[in-house]
Amino acid sequence: MKLRNPTVLASGILGVTGSSLVNVARHGAGAVTTKSIGLNERAGHKNPILLAFDAGLINAVGLPCPGIEESLYELRYAVENSEAPVIASLFASTASEFGVVAERVSRAKPAMIEVNISCPNVASEFGRPFALEATSAARAVEAVQANTRLPIVAKLSPNANNICDIARAVEEAGADAVSAVNTLGPGMIIDIHSAKPILCNKTGGISGPALRPIALRCVYDIYKAVDLPIIGIGGIDSGEAAIAMIMAGARAVGIGSGIYYRGIDVFSSVCKEIQEFMDHGGYSRIDEMIGIAHEKEARNQK
Amino acid sequence: MRLVYNTELPLMLRIERIADEAEDIKTLVFMHRLNSRPGQFIMLWLPRIDEKPFAVSYQDTDKFAITVKSVGEFSEAVHRLKPGDRVGIRGPYGKGFEFELYQHVLIVAGGYGAAPLSFLANQAMLQGKRVTFILGAKKASHLPYLNRLSQAHVKLITVTEDGSTGIRGLATEVLARILHNHDRTGSLSVYACGPEAMLKAVVDICRNLHVAAQLSLERYIKCGFGICGQCCVDELGIRICKEGPVVDLETAASITELGVYKRTPSGRRIAMGDKK
Ligand SMILES: Cc1cc2nc3c(=O)[nH]c(=O)nc-3n(C[C@H](O)[C@H](O)[C@H](O)COP(=O)(O)OP(=O)(O)OC[C@H]3O[C@@H](n4cnc5c(N)ncnc54)[C@H](O)[C@@H]3O)c2cc1C
Ligand SMILES: Cc1cc2nc3c(=O)[nH]c(=O)nc-3n(C[C@H](O)[C@H](O)[C@H](O)COP(=O)(O)O)c2cc1C
Ligand code: FES
Repeated sequence: MKLRNPTVLASGILGVTGSSLVNVARHGAGAVTTKSIGLNERAGHKNPILLAFDAGLINAVGLPCPGIEESLYELRYAVENSEAPVIASLFASTASEFGVVAERVSRAKPAMIEVNISCPNVASEFGRPFALEATSAARAVEAVQANTRLPIVAKLSPNANNICDIARAVEEAGADAVSAVNTLGPGMIIDIHSAKPILCNKTGGISGPALRPIALRCVYDIYKAVDLPIIGIGGIDSGEAAIAMIMAGARAVGIGSGIYYRGIDVFSSVCKEIQEFMDHGGYSRIDEMIGIAHEKEARNQK
Repeated sequence: MRLVYNTELPLMLRIERIADEAEDIKTLVFMHRLNSRPGQFIMLWLPRIDEKPFAVSYQDTDKFAITVKSVGEFSEAVHRLKPGDRVGIRGPYGKGFEFELYQHVLIVAGGYGAAPLSFLANQAMLQGKRVTFILGAKKASHLPYLNRLSQAHVKLITVTEDGSTGIRGLATEVLARILHNHDRTGSLSVYACGPEAMLKAVVDICRNLHVAAQLSLERYIKCGFGICGQCCVDELGIRICKEGPVVDLETAASITELGVYKRTPSGRRIAMGDKK
């Protein structure tokens, strides 16, 4: 898949409607990802579903979904109207359901399919996320692979004990790329006056600046473990953060919470800041920076 | 003590006073300097229950108010609250009304749509504007703010569908008559909030007569600060919680779903007027 630039709208942020994705593409994103699409209609959790605390965002949106038909309507609208490639994100509760959703979604012709095996906010309904175990992560990716000809990116969780094992498992299962990472945690915020957790779901996944160093380490480790291209996600809100992610091994960066900190123009701002750094640092292509934070031997040893 | 970072967390405030405004409509007053603009909204949190958007309906240097119509589970729970109870407030959010440029502020309010507009009327009066307030509802008992507005120096025109008070008919019919007879001296803008059918009529009237207008819209709000994507409208793809809730006439006219459909919390499109 060819990106317009290295910034990608991460799944679940401004991705409910097709026209919103088109709007984000218009504001400069190199590619846009839909909110994760599932088979059946779900309202998601009650409010509050998203808060900003001093070091990041915490969310438990609860995978709302209008059902596959309406999701396909939004996806088709985005594919037909977006200036940038559209990545369709999928979620499901079983491997075979992943296959069904993948088959339906492929008909809308997105540029790529992202397999969301890492949502931390629906454990009570769906059990442990697939991305925490190599075998279940592989099964989900295989099921998608068997039902689409589109390139597949597997979205990994920072909560996995060994994210490298998961990355190797999805590579073997046929993933064409990995995106890392989904939100961390879950965490919790308590209001001390009412003595109650604030999120209606009580717990939620952490994103934004608090996630950045962890995401960076995950991408650094994954780069050593597999040959797949990596979309680095987590706390990217500036050219500096994006370049660090690229130096850790990412080929592109995903941006979600960055929209809160820098507005919807964050994509063009980050691209401009990356370019300024490259001009000063004597880099002519992004490729020259990918993975350069690694000692040479480390890359060869794998 | 809590260090001050940029956050979106509810601030817990005690309800200072509760006033009955009209049938099923109550105003909750809080002692807190909010610094909002007319048209902006706050998220009201009832711990472990839910959190929903309400326009700021009054504000001065040390207090503000919201006005809540009881229409369902959450707003009924709000109506059961008592002075002294503590609730959470986030915000203010969204874009408010711009009125500084106009000499004549012509307001059209339907039902609880009067909430942000009564705050606007207040601010516009303070700045010496001429204010006309067309306040419409189904019947007399549904008209909020009658006391407050009739004491202020606004020109108040009440309109009811059943004729139980004021002019019988629709607020938009009165608006059209006023605009037709308007002498065009001094700059004028229309400000509207209310049921979407009313807003749609305001858009048509103002576009036909080339009168400036700003409208406050409603869509299902979750985060309220422009991240979750729940409130985006077709085909512009803009966020009602961020680029709205107040939009100008041209923007409103480009929102193709206006008066046609909206999205439920799951994101499914439903015809305007449908419940679920
Ligand atoms: C920007 C904005 C400002 C508003 N200002 C006021 C106000 O000043 N006074 C007032 O009484 N009401 C206001 N509302 C509407 C108010 O939020 C809803 O009436 C309230 O949420 C209803 O909740 P409920 O559980 O009582 O009713 P429900 O039975 O849940 O719903 C009744 C109606 O309210 C709508 N609604 C429910 N939840 C939400 C939500 N989270 N966001 C938007 N709409 C919702 C539903 O779509 C439905 O049409 C405003 C809405 C918006 C978007
Ligand atoms: C409000 C919100 C909703 C999200 N929804 C999804 C989702 O539906 N699917 C998914 O794969 N990731 C979802 N995520 C995770 C993001 O795509 C991203 O991986 C994470 O937020 C870290 O990136 P950031 O720090 O740039 O936000 C969501 C994140 C947020 C903040
Ligand atoms: S309510 Fe979340 S973007 Fe507007």
